[in-house]
Amino acid sequence: MLTLTCPYCGVSGEETEFHAGGEAHLKRFISGSTDAEFDEYMFLRENPKGVHFERWRHVYGCGKWFHAARDTNTLEVFGTYSAQVSEPPKEIKDKISAKRPGWSWRNFK
Amino acid sequence: MPEATFAGGAGQRCWSSYLREEDPDSTGDNARDENAMKRYSVFAVAREAARFHTGWEKAWKSPEPKKKYDVIIIGAGGHGLATAYYLGKNFGITNVAIIEKGWLGGGNTGRNTTIIRSNYLQDSSAAIYEKARSLYETMSQDLNYNVMFSPRGVMMLAQTQHEIRGYQRTAHANQLQGVETRFIGPDEVKKLVPIINIHGPRYPVLGALWQPRGGTARHDAVAWGYARACSDMGMDVIQKCEVTGIRTEGGKVVGVDTTKGAIDCDKLGMVTAGHIGTNAKMAGFRLPIESLALQALVSEPIKPCMDVVVMANTVHGYMSQSDKGEMVIGGGTDGFNNYTQRGSFHHIEETVRALVETFPMISRLKMLRQWGGIVDMTGDRSPILSKTPVDGIFVNCGWGTGGFKAIPGSGWAMAELMAKGHSPLTDEFSMFRFREGRFIDESVAAGVAH
Ligand SMILES: Cc1cc2nc3c(=O)[nH]c(=O)nc-3n(C[C@H](O)[C@H](O)[C@H](O)COP(=O)(O)OP(=O)(O)OC[C@H]3O[C@@H](n4cnc5c(N)ncnc54)[C@H](O)[C@@H]3O)c2cc1C
Ligand SMILES: [Zn+2]
Repeated sequence: MLTLTCPYCGVSGEETEFHAGGEAHLKRFISGSTDAEFDEYMFLRENPKGVHFERWRHVYGCGKWFHAARDTNTLEVFGTYSAQVSEPPKEIKDKISAKRPGWSWRNFK
Repeated sequence: MPEATFAGGAGQRCWSSYLREEDPDSTGDNARDENAMKRYSVFAVAREAARFHTGWEKAWKSPEPKKKYDVIIIGAGGHGLATAYYLGKNFGITNVAIIEKGWLGGGNTGRNTTIIRSNYLQDSSAAIYEKARSLYETMSQDLNYNVMFSPRGVMMLAQTQHEIRGYQRTAHANQLQGVETRFIGPDEVKKLVPIINIHGPRYPVLGALWQPRGGTARHDAVAWGYARACSDMGMDVIQKCEVTGIRTEGGKVVGVDTTKGAIDCDKLGMVTAGHIGTNAKMAGFRLPIESLALQALVSEPIKPCMDVVVMANTVHGYMSQSDKGEMVIGGGTDGFNNYTQRGSFHHIEETVRALVETFPMISRLKMLRQWGGIVDMTGDRSPILSKTPVDGIFVNCGWGTGGFKAIPGSGWAMAELMAKGHSPLTDEFSMFRFREGRFIDESVAAGVAH
């Protein structure tokens, strides 16, 4: 059972208070994109055994969407951060690097 | 009708595989090829009983890997083993290794709730699932290994008006596909399942989709039976050996790196369920799949009380009774990516709550064990049996919450795909179907994870 902290209202809760929203930091490709770009955006998913970035929503709380950095192999939560960014903030990346040296995810390191 | 007619039911086992005639050779053990496996039979049981069971041999060998194989299969779950089995049986390809990081059948194959049915909606699904179901009918005889197939009947409850319409549609589709199912009313449901509460407070039972030749089988035995048959054909089942890298040259596979060293191959089949994403990454491509935890649990054993499988998709739970008397219970998948084989507690509560409402008599039962498996989910809830961007690499995955029922059909089809380059059973299940907009939507047929 995961315990997450909402970066907006600051409330910590176990996972039933939240709703998982899938892979984070997807870049949207729609009209005018190539088939490969659209396929990638629409269907292909990062599915790592280890460091992963996701969208979550504080459904039974403030209702806001936010981001979480987790390890899918240990269920450890490295941290949560704002939804208004297109890549994880430096302090989250540093935290992950301290615990999982050499990690990478898509183009992030 | 298939020849096997052992009527299913809790507490009844299929002994037919023990009742096969004796192998004419087995009286002269010395005259036999040392490497050929001894057949199991009622006479073998009697003979061994008379000599204090000292003559049973290992069911499969535990060889060290060779330098090179024609075909390597990653993953000794049901699908990987069945693929290898049919490569040998249907195509004479026996220079095959099946490589398993843990123990055979230790993945989802040994963790599922063993429901077998073929009442899917789309034609391509019905084809492969019904092929599988029909192969289960004679699997014990074919493998000379008792997999305890029990076609006790599978019932999917309709508890909303919408579900009634959905299942009537499926029943009609199944009729056209030649899959034997029918829609039954609440009275017939109650007759088949006396312990059910038809007049539930939230969702009364309004009818059900009934597949009389669906049922269950012993999951471990399916893996063990295939492993024994593969080993007997000269294939190497290599356990405790993890594939850690995939080697390619000029866009073609040439081998794998493992914890027991490098092994070469001409063709590679990746059949690793929840771990398929890690395999694909080693080979340099991605799949439209995410890995989630799915749980199941069993109760303390009780006297026979329900001799069919019941699934309740609206309230989200399903139940059957094992031959040992335990109530086998499953429910929903967790909502986030997970590789820990441990699901979240609240899913157990949701599942049990739903089932207590439907089967009030289970409310006092103690639960004995609970476990999880990592299921490989696709967007349309249909599997992927496909060539890949790398020449010589094939994938068989995406069976998600419901692939136990498909094992023999999937192995049959995947072997044909690997041997001949295509199979009528796998054509629709390509990994490229998403890009091409050819989904095989089974999200209704798979309303609850089973
Ligand atoms: C709780 C639960 C209930 C279920 N209930 C049902 C049901 O009622 N009916 C039904 O039809 N289906 C059900 N399923 C689904 C079914 O179990 C699976 O679809 C099916 O067993 C998948 O078989 P497989 O051979 O593809 O995978 P697995 O049996 O998981 O085998 C894959 C193997 O690959 C190995 N592996 C992974 N990575 C590597 C590597 N790098 N190197 C070497 N080996 C590797 C793993 O150790 C594993 O043994 C259920 C699943 C779960 C978890
Ligand atoms: Zn909040």
